[in-house]
Amino acid sequence: MSILVNLVGLALIALIVWWFWLYRPQAAEAALGAVAITVDDGVYSPSRVRVKLNEPVTLRFLRKDPSPCAAMVIFDDLDISEELPVDRPKEISLKVDKPGTYAFTCQMKMYRGELVVES
Amino acid sequence: MKHRSHCHEPGHAANTDHGGTQKSIHLALTGASCGGCAGKIEKALQSVDGVESARFNLAERKAVVSGQVDAGALIQAVEAAGYGATEMTDEEPADSKLMQEASCHEAQTSSDPSPEASQESAVHLAVTGASCGGCVSKIEKALQGVDGVESARFNLAEREAVVNGEVDAGALIQAVEAAGYGASEMTDEEPSGSSMTQEAPCHEAKASSDPSLKASQESQESQESQESQESQESQESQESAVHLAVTGASCASCVSKIEKALKGVNGVDSARFNLADREAVVQGKVDAGALIQAVEAAGYGASEITDEEQASEDREKADEAYYRKLLREMTVALALGVPLMAYGVLGGEMNVVTTGERLVWLVVGLLTLAVMMFAGRHFYVGAWKSCKAHSANMDTLIALGTGTAWVYSMVVVVAPGIVPELARHVYFEATAMIIGLIDLGLALEVRARGRTSQAIKRLLGLRAKTARVIRDGKEQDIPIGAVQVDDIVRVRPGEKIAVDGVVTEGHTSIDESMLTGEPMPVEKDADDEVVGGTLNKSGSILYRATRVGKETALAQIIAMVKQAQNSRPPIGRLADTIASVFVPVVMIISVLAALGWYNFGPVPQVAYMLVTATTVLIIACPCALGLATPMSVMVGVGKAAEAGVLIRNGQALQQASKLNTMVLDKTGTITAGHPEVTEVITRNGFDESELLQLAASLEAGSEHPLAQAIVESAQERDLTLDSLEGFNAIAGHGVEGSVKGRALLFGNYKLMQDHNIDLGDLQAKAQELAAQARTPMYLAVDGQAGGIIAVADPIKEDSVAAIKRLQRLGLDVVMITGDNEATAKAVADKVGIKHYFAEVLPDDKQKKVAQLQDEGKLVGMTGDGINDAPALAQADVGFAIGTGTDVAIESADVTLMRGSLHGIADAIAISKATLRNIKQNLFGAFIYNILGIPFAAGVLYPFAGILLNPVIAGAAMAFSSVTVVTNANRLRLFKPREESK
Repeated sequence: MSILVNLVGLALIALIVWWFWLYRPQAAEAALGAVAITVDDGVYSPSRVRVKLNEPVTLRFLRKDPSPCAAMVIFDDLDISEELPVDRPKEISLKVDKPGTYAFTCQMKMYRGELVVES
Repeated sequence: MKHRSHCHEPGHAANTDHGGTQKSIHLALTGASCGGCAGKIEKALQSVDGVESARFNLAERKAVVSGQVDAGALIQAVEAAGYGATEMTDEEPADSKLMQEASCHEAQTSSDPSPEASQESAVHLAVTGASCGGCVSKIEKALQGVDGVESARFNLAEREAVVNGEVDAGALIQAVEAAGYGASEMTDEEPSGSSMTQEAPCHEAKASSDPSLKASQESQESQESQESQESQESQESQESAVHLAVTGASCASCVSKIEKALKGVNGVDSARFNLADREAVVQGKVDAGALIQAVEAAGYGASEITDEEQASEDREKADEAYYRKLLREMTVALALGVPLMAYGVLGGEMNVVTTGERLVWLVVGLLTLAVMMFAGRHFYVGAWKSCKAHSANMDTLIALGTGTAWVYSMVVVVAPGIVPELARHVYFEATAMIIGLIDLGLALEVRARGRTSQAIKRLLGLRAKTARVIRDGKEQDIPIGAVQVDDIVRVRPGEKIAVDGVVTEGHTSIDESMLTGEPMPVEKDADDEVVGGTLNKSGSILYRATRVGKETALAQIIAMVKQAQNSRPPIGRLADTIASVFVPVVMIISVLAALGWYNFGPVPQVAYMLVTATTVLIIACPCALGLATPMSVMVGVGKAAEAGVLIRNGQALQQASKLNTMVLDKTGTITAGHPEVTEVITRNGFDESELLQLAASLEAGSEHPLAQAIVESAQERDLTLDSLEGFNAIAGHGVEGSVKGRALLFGNYKLMQDHNIDLGDLQAKAQELAAQARTPMYLAVDGQAGGIIAVADPIKEDSVAAIKRLQRLGLDVVMITGDNEATAKAVADKVGIKHYFAEVLPDDKQKKVAQLQDEGKLVGMTGDGINDAPALAQADVGFAIGTGTDVAIESADVTLMRGSLHGIADAIAISKATLRNIKQNLFGAFIYNILGIPFAAGVLYPFAGILLNPVIAGAAMAFSSVTVVTNANRLRLFKPREESK
């Protein structure tokens, strides 16, 4: 019994590690240069956006979560920070000229998304 | 030959005038990056034959020209003015969004064959993409790394690099490009107006928040997006008023048509259209997209007006609604939690033994479930959704903690048999209490956060709503958005200045304190600049609008402050990194704690497992960590803006707090920058006025600042100047000439000696004056000494006090000046500066700053933003002393909106206070979590027998982020200048 409980605990830890850190969700492609991202319930959906290198893309954020946590979207490495109005889309147009993965988050890093720039 | 390089920009969609009788041509412009360009371009366009009107919109880089004219001629005119232009046609895709390049900067390079260029081995490169101080050293380093290069210098102002050595241009260009910039060789043959399209972004974080760069992320609240946004979003609606700008409406009958069309949209309560300002206001539960469609269907064009102030009001409304919702939820949760907890505390039986107890607790359990559904719904939904998306946040922790407590308690109630007898305890009160407390914490946080953006709100509130414009000889009040460049605006006493402009008529005094922090009203006459948002105090004036809309100083200040408020200083990085992995780590700790209690804990293990696991989950607070830095930056940057100090970004804020050396440029920074006559000493029977009158007549034609000071002084005394004959400037000595037949010599000691003038005691007087930081000049009339006129650039009244403040803040203040040693020493002594650099050529200021940096000092440099730009860029933090209007255009790290040096001290004091505040917040958040989590896990139990109650953990967690926000708000009370007065 005690071994079983310990094993379950360890399995739980392994699950947490895999689920939250190792797993990478599918990225949404930017069709026609625009992606709509909904900001609600603690997640950006889609939370992974794939865009082409040097191609202009518009991210259209629609914030539905009124809590102040969701109020801002920040692309730290791109030096973008924008306030998101509730229930009204906000467009952020950008063009990235260096391939890589750029995180976008809320101020507190609880909302997390990734912009994958590929050549 | 002037040559400009332009960034290439795709064109912008052309808006064709429907049914317009006048031919209008739309041009997409490149290379324009500042307010000054707009005027130049419009002037160039207006000078083309047949043009009736020409307007250039800097934000859209688009010019609209009407008249009988051909596009080719217009493009030529624009190119002659040094910009690029292409015609925009209807075929261009309507949705092509303007995407300014991050590197889009006006790169102006001079390819004059300068003496240096004629050296066989010097290569001149035009570099693009460099926009900040950091770029300079990067580029120079890159160039110096090329084989054969002897020296490489890059001039940021001209975007030109000069490389000496045996080297080939191709290799240099490669090196620059490898460093991330664009480069091309500058040769004399290069045709003027040829445009280069290399672009390279400046990756320097410092640069990218430059306002002109801000265009790189042109973001806007979209109007058309709602139509294109499929499915769920199209249902979105809001209860506030929607403002629409309607185009194409020209007659009274349009009004009813448009209003009818709007009222036909579902959910519209009322719709009003105002023909004069072409604005429709729609009330009701309705979304802008549908309204725009309706207006378009009626044959007009419409777009939503998303005014910043409106947006900020909307945000406040949303916050308020959210606040009230949280309070309701809290009330419900505590209504159940408090009595339950009181029952437990007062010794009530929380263990489930009898069937009767089981039934009662079952009811309580179901009530708790109802509370969870009502008051804690957002935690559970959020936790589930984010978990599905493989991310975890605060919701996850709260949902897991409270959920586990509830599930365990229900198991005890429903199937007590599977739980050891001693552990048959219910924790419903914990679930309800925690939800209630966290809702309360969130509500308080929403409130406190609203206050952090007060500075922006104050700035937004400065804007006037309407302007009284004179058009066609008639005065009319129009909305501020409709004011155009070159409109004549009337302002009466007590009214706000609507947009930036130049006074054309009248005299008044204007209170500019809201922008510059300078309490004294400023006198304004014709040709003086006025700034939108400031307050006209005494007189009525007419002025010509020079900058409107987003171009106004106020709009740029707001944009800059907002941008800076949202940027983060490096000090926050660690907290950010931790916050991003925090939640899963806490979950793991929680499992480990449970396992620890299972393996080593006392009986009943399962109850201890539950309590510790739950408490760990509840007490951990990633929010406090994440909020620590941004909240303080927000308040600190806002506070600085209130004092008339614009801090560009979080990095500049942090750097400014660490400076230990401050270099001050003398002229215009310590001194006023306008030399004045300070003393007139007469000899041999001349009187002061006579002497001044003669000297002024002699100097009237000269543009030298010292000569101007003398002429001005004569004018102040109402002296009439006489005509001058035989003027001759003797380089390095002075001038000679004759006025009314009297031979005059005016200059230094050497000049007098050469002409054998007997100076008597004047020479001693002159030395005395020089020691007092004056520049003495002798005047001889007909071979006889007339006297001395001494000129000095007066030290600003408050420079001494401000320098003392800087020294008290721990900075070594260093003065830098082109003056000679004696004058420099005199000025330095007067203002209490120990170290100074005298006789520094303008180009060498940067080197002096670098020299101090090489000594290991963190150097701030204060100067005017234009001439001292390279030195400002070289410094760790560049402080540009502004004059109030062009502030936002300059690219220094810190910009002062008024001339006083107190601004520098304010900036340093505020940055120090902000950094202190951030450190307190970070320390608090770290300590809270570092101590709280082990405590919750029960590490104290073996030693002291203490175990934390999950409800207490909930309260601690709820108030930890409130504490952070409140502490940040404390900064608002900080007074940078307590000590100065």
